[in-house]
Amino acid sequence: MSWLIAFFDWLVEFFGDPARWSGPDGIPARLLEHLEFSALALALAVLIAVPLGLLIGHTGRGEVVVVVSANLARALPTLGLLVMFVLLLGAASVWPVIIPLVLLAVPPILVNTFEGIKGVDPELRDAAYGMGLRGGQVLGRVLVPVALPLILLGCRLSAIQVVATTTVAAYTGLGGLGRFIIDGFATKDYARVVGGSVLIVLFALVVQILFALAQRVTVSPGVSRRLKVR
Amino acid sequence: MGDGPPSIWEWIARNWDTGRVDSIRNLLTDHLTMSLVPILLSLVVALPLGLACVRWRWLYQPTSGLMNIVYAIPSLPIFMLLISVTGLSQTTVIIPLTFYGMAVLIPAVVDGLGSVPDHVRQSAVAMGFTPLRRLLAVELPIAVPVVLAGLRVVAVSSISLVSVGALIGQGGLGSLFTRAYQNPFMPPVIVGIVLIVALALVADGLLVLAQRLLTPWVRARKGRA
Repeated sequence: MSWLIAFFDWLVEFFGDPARWSGPDGIPARLLEHLEFSALALALAVLIAVPLGLLIGHTGRGEVVVVVSANLARALPTLGLLVMFVLLLGAASVWPVIIPLVLLAVPPILVNTFEGIKGVDPELRDAAYGMGLRGGQVLGRVLVPVALPLILLGCRLSAIQVVATTTVAAYTGLGGLGRFIIDGFATKDYARVVGGSVLIVLFALVVQILFALAQRVTVSPGVSRRLKVR
Repeated sequence: MGDGPPSIWEWIARNWDTGRVDSIRNLLTDHLTMSLVPILLSLVVALPLGLACVRWRWLYQPTSGLMNIVYAIPSLPIFMLLISVTGLSQTTVIIPLTFYGMAVLIPAVVDGLGSVPDHVRQSAVAMGFTPLRRLLAVELPIAVPVVLAGLRVVAVSSISLVSVGALIGQGGLGSLFTRAYQNPFMPPVIVGIVLIVALALVADGLLVLAQRLLTPWVRARKGRA
């Protein structure tokens, strides 16, 4: 159990140091960076994947793109992709790192948006057309609300991926909480490694809780069956 | 070094079997060990746990909640936290990957057993199958496609996730990426990515083949239709 004692000592050393709470390498600054990079990558991925998923799901054309991207994203090693982009584009700005982050974040949202739209009960779709709605209206007022739980699931899975990849990206020079791990490991400062690791785990859990809340708030009561319809 | 950077084929030939621990061949073996062990281990653990969740329904909600949390935790910090317990060893990579695998496979086992039609279960009971024989000869075979679909996801993502272990010196082929980053050089990155994706494709293909062999009735039914 000696590792447990060492573990707590490291946590006290890391979180108890007043210098850790200010400056560009302080916890607040690194936390904000991690949030910024993750949010930027996720937002770009949503902007690309949701319209594409809606289009493919609604028209039924290009399903191959969805299947291939999903399989490829799972098989591609994130670290390899990050190093490849940095070697290709240089490390002058954050973009060489943001591009692979976005590339890996797109497929989960794309697949789930596509599956969500495709899985809508055809009778429901026909009923909407029967009521005189046009293609765009059917999509916006019927298909998207019904598919929303799956679209949000895609975004949640993508967020998991992005938070993890942002951490790994510290290796290729990106800021964020991963810096504590990479820099601490390089200098054998295990208080920094352990403290940073705990922060990232907490960060990932908070993101999950926020997504669960978002799902409760945004999904229509009729779709989530919180409202009993007879 | 000769004049000019070597081509990718020259680089492979020169580094394939150097006799050192970081030859491509050794990295490939390490990579296979660190991905195959979690794949098999997660299946072995997820089967009984999934069965328990089906037998005692109240277990499923907390188990799947816990597995959702496990799945959301990034691998790198977990490797780092485990170092103080298991050291800079392959075990440090294998343990978290096993848990990620379980997070996918436990729901797959539960869904798979849930996909057994009720009339089939009742027929088996009526034919006098004991619960154990019913499970082994009827329910598990019917669950195979759903469980194997989960196992394909686990296999492919484990093979690619191992490479993150390179950041603690245990990444199999992933250490080609850290080597390439330290003395900026593209061939190792390309070789690493291609080999990892190829391994994932082979594993995926083998599991598809396994499914064909384990569920011959699916093809027979398609043939008649």
